[in-house]
Amino acid sequence: MEAPRALRLLLGLILIGLVLFPLVGERFYIQYATKIMIMAIFAMSLDLLVGYTGLVSLGHALYYGIAGYALAMVGGDAAVSLWWSLPGAMLVSALAALVVGALVLRTTGIYFIMVTLAFAQMMYFFIRDSNDFGGSDGKYLDAKPTLSLLGWTPLDLGNPLHRYYLTLALALATYVLLRTVLRSAFGRVLIGIRDNEPRMRSLGFPTFRYKLACFVLAGALAGLAGYLTVVQDGIMNPEQLGWHRSGEALVMVILGGMGTLAGPALGAGALMLLELVFSIWTKYWQLLLGGFIIAVVLFLPGGLGSLFARRRDGGAGHG
Amino acid sequence: MAELALRTEGLSRSFGGLAAVSGVTLECRSGSVHAVIGPNGAGKTTLINMLSGDLAPSAGRNELFGEDVTGLPPERVSQRGVGRSYQKTNIFLGFSAFENCRLAAQSRLPSSMRLFRRVERYHQVNAAAARALAAAGLGDRGDVPAAALSHGEQRQLEIAMTLATAPRVLLLDEPLAGMGAEESGRMVALIRALKDRHAILLVEHDMDAVFAVADVLTVMVNGAVLASGRPSEIRANREVQQAYLGGEDAHG
Repeated sequence: MEAPRALRLLLGLILIGLVLFPLVGERFYIQYATKIMIMAIFAMSLDLLVGYTGLVSLGHALYYGIAGYALAMVGGDAAVSLWWSLPGAMLVSALAALVVGALVLRTTGIYFIMVTLAFAQMMYFFIRDSNDFGGSDGKYLDAKPTLSLLGWTPLDLGNPLHRYYLTLALALATYVLLRTVLRSAFGRVLIGIRDNEPRMRSLGFPTFRYKLACFVLAGALAGLAGYLTVVQDGIMNPEQLGWHRSGEALVMVILGGMGTLAGPALGAGALMLLELVFSIWTKYWQLLLGGFIIAVVLFLPGGLGSLFARRRDGGAGHG
Repeated sequence: MAELALRTEGLSRSFGGLAAVSGVTLECRSGSVHAVIGPNGAGKTTLINMLSGDLAPSAGRNELFGEDVTGLPPERVSQRGVGRSYQKTNIFLGFSAFENCRLAAQSRLPSSMRLFRRVERYHQVNAAAARALAAAGLGDRGDVPAAALSHGEQRQLEIAMTLATAPRVLLLDEPLAGMGAEESGRMVALIRALKDRHAILLVEHDMDAVFAVADVLTVMVNGAVLASGRPSEIRANREVQQAYLGGEDAHG
């Protein structure tokens, strides 16, 4: 279960690099790195579903976007407190995941992919076409949340550096949280469900409950990413709930390596850095990016993470 | 007489118009092995699937220790003390042998909805897993990845996982499938050893093994019970000889 030494070393180096980066990085790159870390959180939350539980969701952006809208709706002109707005937004996502999960988890395989997509698209069209959420332009968050304690404000998210370090800390916390969860009795059940759900049931596990709990946890963490996205961008628009967003996260997970947790975070970084580099080179950057994704899937089926790790956690199926 | 563990009455299942199992009535008592034999397609696996809850019966009744469990899903049947092994080895290949058993034993915790405590720290679960491994004869193979075990050992692990759930009734679906003579011998000895503390329902093709361990035999043909009784009675039964065992020379 332990990540191999090479991967742990790489992660350690990346972490040190990220802590020091704002000392040398330009403002644009600091903001871009913040976005990468947000997507890393989003991708890790999806990996819990796809890579560890075998639930391929194509509607994960629903929980990401809904938390973002929750903040944008209460935010408005005056700065809200991080204390309650962050847990509140994650709770909104968790509740949405609870309701949707209770329905979609009755299906499996291709049908599961279809209905998760359908729910996300329903919410996308509802938010886009309703007058209350800013329509297709989106909803602005003019004043960023702050964290105050007795008149002292250690964290003002209007400051890009504060956003950067808060995101870094939360990305790390997400990684540690999911690592811990996956090593628990609960995590073992999830992996068992991924590898052989009928067998888990015949061993006496009510698998539906575990899948639902997993779906809610993944939804809440997607909500964390969505919250940070609004904080970073200052705007939430319906596209953030669309299937394109969900698909992008899925590509990050597959690119980095399903069921490796660190892999999808690496995948998020690789995808977004290459997007940046390729788009500076050429206006046909999407062609290059697509070629890169195809090459990785063909020649590194275990994802980028497999360059450093030999096997995925508890990975079965290869005999 | 020993406790009545499992009882079915008129248990039937049809797929479309085809009756895979029709009107099977049988009993299985603690401390005994009840073997179900019959040619391919006789409905033996369908029967076991109904007993384990993997398949809901179309008609009939299924009781465990006197309580009606007809149509309960497999996880509920399992929680009432039924352990099932599969004809096709059904283990978690990415886990070690011990981890397979630990996962199975974990199912007896009040809940596995514990997100922050490391799985290694449940001492009762570890102990139950180790006991099950030892009972199935894999005591020294715990650290081996399940995928690296021999076929016979994988069959033993299949049983060990079932034992780790502390069942009172065992449903064994062809535990000897694909085994060599020596491995078969070990498995037969294992089933005998398990008999004391379990009610065992055994589906098996290997007649030598069946007659060596069974206390009661039920012969199924085309989904229905042809005969039921003690091994000596079955061996002497003319209908069984003609339909299944092959003429006068009752093999055994």
